[in-house]
Amino acid sequence: MTWEPVIGIEVHVELLTSSKMFCGCRVSFGDPPNTNVCPTCLGLPGSLPVPNRRAIEWLVKIGLALNCRINEWSVFHRKNYFYADLPKNYQISQYDHPVCVDGWLDVSGPDGAFRVGIERAHMEEDTGKSIHLGEGGRIHSATQTLLDFNRAGVPLVEIVSKPDIGTPPRARAFAQELREVILTLGVSDARLEEGSMRFDANVSLRRPGGPLGTKVEVKNMNSFRSLERALGYEIDRQRKLLEAGREVVQETRHWDEEAGVTQGMRTKEVSSDYRYFPDPDLVPIVVDTAWRERIAAELPELPAQRRARYLDQGVDPQTASVLSASEPDLRNLYDQAVEAGADPRTTALWVTGEITAALRRDEQLRLPAGGELAELLTLIEQGTVSASAAKEVLAGMLAGEGGAREVAERRNLIQISDSDALSEVVDTVLAENPDAVERYRAGEGKVLGFLVGQVMRATGGRADPRLVNRLLAERLG
Amino acid sequence: MSTPTIAEANRLFEEGLLDPVELLSEVLHRASLTEAELHAYLTIDHEGARRRAEAAAERLARGERRGPLDGIPIALKDNLCTKGVETTCASQILAGWVPPYDATAVARLQEAGAVLVGKTNLDEFAMGSSTENSAYGPTRNPWDTERVPGGSSGGSAAAVAVGSAVAALGSDTGGSIRQPAALCGVVGFKPTYGLVSRYGLVAFASSLDQIGPITRTVADAGMLFEVIAGHDPLDATSYPGQVPRWDAELDAGVGGVRIGLVRELSGDGIDPEVAEVCRRVLDLLSDQGAQVVEVSLPTVEVALSAYYLVAPAECSANLARFDGIRYGLRVPGDTVSETMGRTRAEGFGPEVTRRILLGTYALSAGYYDAFYLQAQRVRALVVQDFAEAYQKADVLVSPTSPTTAFPLGAKVADPLAMYMSDVCTIPSNLAGHPAISLPVGLDSAGLPIGLQIMAPALGETLLFRVAAEVERVAGFDARPRLAEGMP
Repeated sequence: MTWEPVIGIEVHVELLTSSKMFCGCRVSFGDPPNTNVCPTCLGLPGSLPVPNRRAIEWLVKIGLALNCRINEWSVFHRKNYFYADLPKNYQISQYDHPVCVDGWLDVSGPDGAFRVGIERAHMEEDTGKSIHLGEGGRIHSATQTLLDFNRAGVPLVEIVSKPDIGTPPRARAFAQELREVILTLGVSDARLEEGSMRFDANVSLRRPGGPLGTKVEVKNMNSFRSLERALGYEIDRQRKLLEAGREVVQETRHWDEEAGVTQGMRTKEVSSDYRYFPDPDLVPIVVDTAWRERIAAELPELPAQRRARYLDQGVDPQTASVLSASEPDLRNLYDQAVEAGADPRTTALWVTGEITAALRRDEQLRLPAGGELAELLTLIEQGTVSASAAKEVLAGMLAGEGGAREVAERRNLIQISDSDALSEVVDTVLAENPDAVERYRAGEGKVLGFLVGQVMRATGGRADPRLVNRLLAERLG
Repeated sequence: MSTPTIAEANRLFEEGLLDPVELLSEVLHRASLTEAELHAYLTIDHEGARRRAEAAAERLARGERRGPLDGIPIALKDNLCTKGVETTCASQILAGWVPPYDATAVARLQEAGAVLVGKTNLDEFAMGSSTENSAYGPTRNPWDTERVPGGSSGGSAAAVAVGSAVAALGSDTGGSIRQPAALCGVVGFKPTYGLVSRYGLVAFASSLDQIGPITRTVADAGMLFEVIAGHDPLDATSYPGQVPRWDAELDAGVGGVRIGLVRELSGDGIDPEVAEVCRRVLDLLSDQGAQVVEVSLPTVEVALSAYYLVAPAECSANLARFDGIRYGLRVPGDTVSETMGRTRAEGFGPEVTRRILLGTYALSAGYYDAFYLQAQRVRALVVQDFAEAYQKADVLVSPTSPTTAFPLGAKVADPLAMYMSDVCTIPSNLAGHPAISLPVGLDSAGLPIGLQIMAPALGETLLFRVAAEVERVAGFDARPRLAEGMP
């Protein structure tokens, strides 16, 4: 008998608002510890939280992008638990009245398209960071723990999927798609390795069509790859347990990237009692129709819409996905070049290929304007520069040497298509290689390639190869 | 001379008969005479007060006074954050803690030129009705030092009563301004919830806490209220609209005003002498043309139970931050959680511990609906009760406290009896309505009796109008023993 995995994903996204969720402190990563703090985010006695309207607006954006219903009226709750990096020993979060509920996200996975339900998306505040000194950097072996509250109070959106995901690759595809949505909305830098986007997974096994099994929460997956691997491992572990007639224990497990295993953290014998209650320091969040509609009207084109448009424009599916997941600057470059008349398919290939590769080598490079890229592609199409010379032209453009034609001319990369000029070179090459000429005439056809190569070399690669072939054929014929 | 009221001090300043430095000296002199017996203050900021008094004196000399509070020595309950001045909430857990910022109400007093004298004693974290729950020892009642001054703002009320402050700020969660004002023979006013910013008030129960003045006269309370009230962007529950004018109808009298005596707060459980004095005042108001009616607030008794669930529930979370990690007392343990546990066990007194446990229990899974949620339903009923009562009356009155000041230690061992002290004052907190207590007479033991006047939300204009008339007709001019016969 087979087992069917059931996976739900919980995502935390730190919003890149200019100030924190409930105070005016800057949201900024990598600053010296405890420099972006004030009485409120330190939880000093007497301090009070005041909600950041922009953060709520961004949460509504996320909710709309995930096809959620936006509650007109929602409430901040206090989630009570004691932890050293939680300044008030409660976290302001949302409980039974979150801002966004009941949405979905369509994902194209490795095995086709699928839809993942979104249970809810709500607003909360991040905690500070504990830095454990001593062996291993983990709390159990720490000799001393330092606290940095720069992150405390950073707006955090929690998105909870329905347990709709059947396989680890699908979980990964969902996570990637969600990240693309977040990046497109411009509300977070969504860096997994820095923790500004964090994924936890709930996973259980059941018989197809049977009741849900006991779920295990898996944490500490800092990349899409580790998300997929951790789920694969965990499903395997649970399957072995069940097949051996043993039970899965409800617990939270920690993914150990190096060992490639999940490890139990603490057993959840009973679910923690967070004693949620409405935060009396805050009034309900009201998102009225006018506000919601204004936010909806300002939504950018979402990744799925974008990919569909690329396909309509004639871009192949693979390139469309890569382009859609590219940085906004690159996507804008594509749009502008196409608008300037360039062929979408070719443009997409150049943007996701050469240009992306060049940027990866050197982030300082200046992207060409759309019109400039269109010009380059026209030069290629017209045979004015060869495909290989075009890469050099591009390099010049990215280095700020000017427009496509300007660079091609300055770098002497214009293809020689003038038969008079080429004839002279061809004649010289023939004169200098009597052996080759003789062998060709004796029927050794492949020598022609050698002669073409000599002409190309003599022109520094600028000769139009088709023309060279024709001229040689005429002379030798 | 005796310590003047704010209004008197203003007249003396203007006539050149007094300046802020002299007034501060007078107030500090009174403190030096009374503190050993009274213990109204936890901290007196001699240096800061002198500096501010001198600045106020210069402004007075230049004719640049900022308003009626400029140069007036004011005491602050020690749960209001004061930048650079220790703020303890009368708890061991905050011993030595010096806030890096001022509460909004404190900052507004400073801007108005007030001279902040020091920090007054309270029940630890404002939890109590007698100021006996202070980790630094009780404050005593200036009318009879064997008795309590009420609480939790007992230090502020006692200081104003003896003149070791001209006026004071307190905080009122279930009566903590009004009840000690009543027991000390002074005026205590709790404004409509949201009119005074709570920013910088160390929270007890956030949905009930409200800062307000304790003064000798109704007009003094109004002047203080005017300065500290108003929208504050740092408090999300702060009322964004216009603050009602306290003095808009001050001299209008009570002709035609419907005054409702709350039936449930005037019979059983109320000391007969207290009830009698209150009724006499109503007769006097009636003589002035008021229409006195009897109204019913059927839920007042369950209101007390609801309060003792809502307030502890909120306090259980509000006080969670005192864990020894970032500030205040730390009692080290082997692990972080042991450190937190030990710090809290040693740092909090018994009443605070009791309420945290009560509140934690009320919020726990399986009990939330039966306790916290049920209490919120009762709270909604109280609001409804008031709404119905205000169909029949424009303001409501009752005794402020069921009894006059009780002896020290009398109710310490019986929390329920102590909780009953707040039965008259709690409904206004649950509803968020304004209420004022003012002295209207003495009982046979010579202890002051307070009358409470309640009004609907934002009804301050009418409340002060009625209070001014009560003050006039009651003609209360007795002074406590500790303030008498002083040089």
